[in-house]
Amino acid sequence: MTSAVSFQKVSRHFGSVRAVDAVDLDIVPGEFFAMLGPSGSGKTTCLRLIAGFEQPTSGSISIFGERAEGVPPYRRNVNTVFQDYALFPHFNVLDNVAYGLMVKGVAKSQRQKAAEEALSLVRLPGYGARRPGQLSGGQRQRVALARALVNQPKVLLLDEPLGALDLKLRENMQEELKSLQKALGITFVFVTHDQGEALSMADRVAVFNDGKIMQIGTPEDIYQRPKTRFVADFVGSSNVLPPDFVQRYSGQHRWGSLRPESIRIGRAAKGEGVAARLVGTNYLGATTRLALDADGLRLHAIVPAGTKLPAEGEAVVLTFNREHLHLMDEPA
Amino acid sequence: MTIAALNSTSASAILPGSGGIRGALSDLFWRRPQLLLFLMLLPPVLWLGVVYIGSLFALLAQSFFSIDEFSGLINHEFTLKTYGDLFQAANLDIILRTVTMAVLVTLASAVIAFPIAYYAARYARGRWKALFYLGVMLPLWSSYLVKIYAWKLILAKEGILTWLLAKLHLLWVLDGWLSLPVVGGNSLSVSATGTFIAFVYVWLPFMILPVQAALERVPGNLVEASSDLGASPGQTFRNVLFPLALPGIVAGSIFTFSLTLGDYIIPQIIGTSRLFIGQAVYSQQGTAGNIPLAAAFTVVPIVIMGFYLWGAKRMGAFDAL
Repeated sequence: MTSAVSFQKVSRHFGSVRAVDAVDLDIVPGEFFAMLGPSGSGKTTCLRLIAGFEQPTSGSISIFGERAEGVPPYRRNVNTVFQDYALFPHFNVLDNVAYGLMVKGVAKSQRQKAAEEALSLVRLPGYGARRPGQLSGGQRQRVALARALVNQPKVLLLDEPLGALDLKLRENMQEELKSLQKALGITFVFVTHDQGEALSMADRVAVFNDGKIMQIGTPEDIYQRPKTRFVADFVGSSNVLPPDFVQRYSGQHRWGSLRPESIRIGRAAKGEGVAARLVGTNYLGATTRLALDADGLRLHAIVPAGTKLPAEGEAVVLTFNREHLHLMDEPA
Repeated sequence: MTIAALNSTSASAILPGSGGIRGALSDLFWRRPQLLLFLMLLPPVLWLGVVYIGSLFALLAQSFFSIDEFSGLINHEFTLKTYGDLFQAANLDIILRTVTMAVLVTLASAVIAFPIAYYAARYARGRWKALFYLGVMLPLWSSYLVKIYAWKLILAKEGILTWLLAKLHLLWVLDGWLSLPVVGGNSLSVSATGTFIAFVYVWLPFMILPVQAALERVPGNLVEASSDLGASPGQTFRNVLFPLALPGIVAGSIFTFSLTLGDYIIPQIIGTSRLFIGQAVYSQQGTAGNIPLAAAFTVVPIVIMGFYLWGAKRMGAFDAL
């Protein structure tokens, strides 16, 4: 099967900066694909390479089997939902949504009908006559989504579309985007720096750092079985354990990772385990996050709220199931 | 700095006033911000409202008086006779010529200014941007008269333009153009074309700067969004860039249009002997001593600009503001 988007050794350099560095990537048609990484990791440049706003310095890009280098954005059947929505301020909502059809020469009555339908799809029916400036952030984001979807793109690109929304709205939109994608069957490529968002929405996640893909896999793969220290640390702030420490518990001299929720806390001098000191607690509502100092190694643990905790500064013993200790590929 | 240095608790929560007249004034203005605004606006409002607008209205009032043709004295009785004089063929000719020139100068300025403003707003950064501002403003720093006389020399029959065209074997183009009626003449420096070139040159900065400011406010991702939605560069220009730059173009055209309507020096130095409104005002109030007719002539650009702005508003030129 042809990939929806395929990168072969794609690089994009800006002067001496390698924003994207020899990236290989295959996105399956119909999947919800997330590009996750810190700012400056090259994920947005990858998205812009798919949209056609950037051209690769080297390598080849194909979209549904067709070569895309040198093809301008307006000749790609790919649409983007921009980070700050980029709605046209001088058009009303309906004309914004109908814009793609207008420039393709679709008759006015037909394109307005299609735009109305797209607005209903994003649950904004009857908002057509308003100006973008009269809408809230969440509504603008839906208009931007409708404006892209009305063109029935082969691939929909979303550049941190939920970044500007508040928490509650963001959670609603996450569910909505997910079900919209399921219903429409369009390939979604989603850029985010929020690992929770990537894990909860995507079928597969690519973790970016320094212009390279560190790991591609299902959310479970990425979360449970990180391949490198960077992935372990960035996705869910796992505890990264040095080879000497790992050797004591697994017998192998490799870097390891241990999820904070896998660590249990016990009173000092009670059974065996890692001796540590509790140095701080962060109340997070459903859970409490503990900062621990195990002989110079900084660890974090997450325990359910209501767990009886020792006082800060007290000695504790940490235990964990050895199966939860994940060994990483990265050489020691 | 240590934590201890930041942790000082000696200061009280409310600081004492700085005392003296300055302290009292600061506190007063903080409590009554309208008072400060009033004091700051008073001098310019007096100047604009009383001295400037007042004298303008005094001038306009003159246009409703008439001149006694025998004695040359002004008859201070309300009449529309002077406005009637304005519609004599010779005077209508002056108005039509000036308005046509102003329209052409404005269109040419907009067409020339847009790419320059676009480059400055979208591409020029740092040093190049500074160079752009310098390049646009530099002509404004030198004397207006010097520039116009320089253009007279450039456009003259013995001037550099004729010389250059002769070297390029293109003199026949110039001669062909100069042989045309209305726009032609003995040389560019005594033709309407020469007047047009000098006008466009002198007023161009007044078009470039507002257009550049308008384009600067157009977020770059709107252009990308348009392209992403399938619009070719031409469609993006027509549907996004031009409508959003229009307030700037209208602002610039107000300058180029009204400055051309009122100018009397350029057509006097470069061009034919046919008069423009500014020259008519100058000669009516000077040599002819017909202040009412001069005043009536000055009303013409005001009325034209009024219609122009009204039309621009109706066409939605200010919608994107």
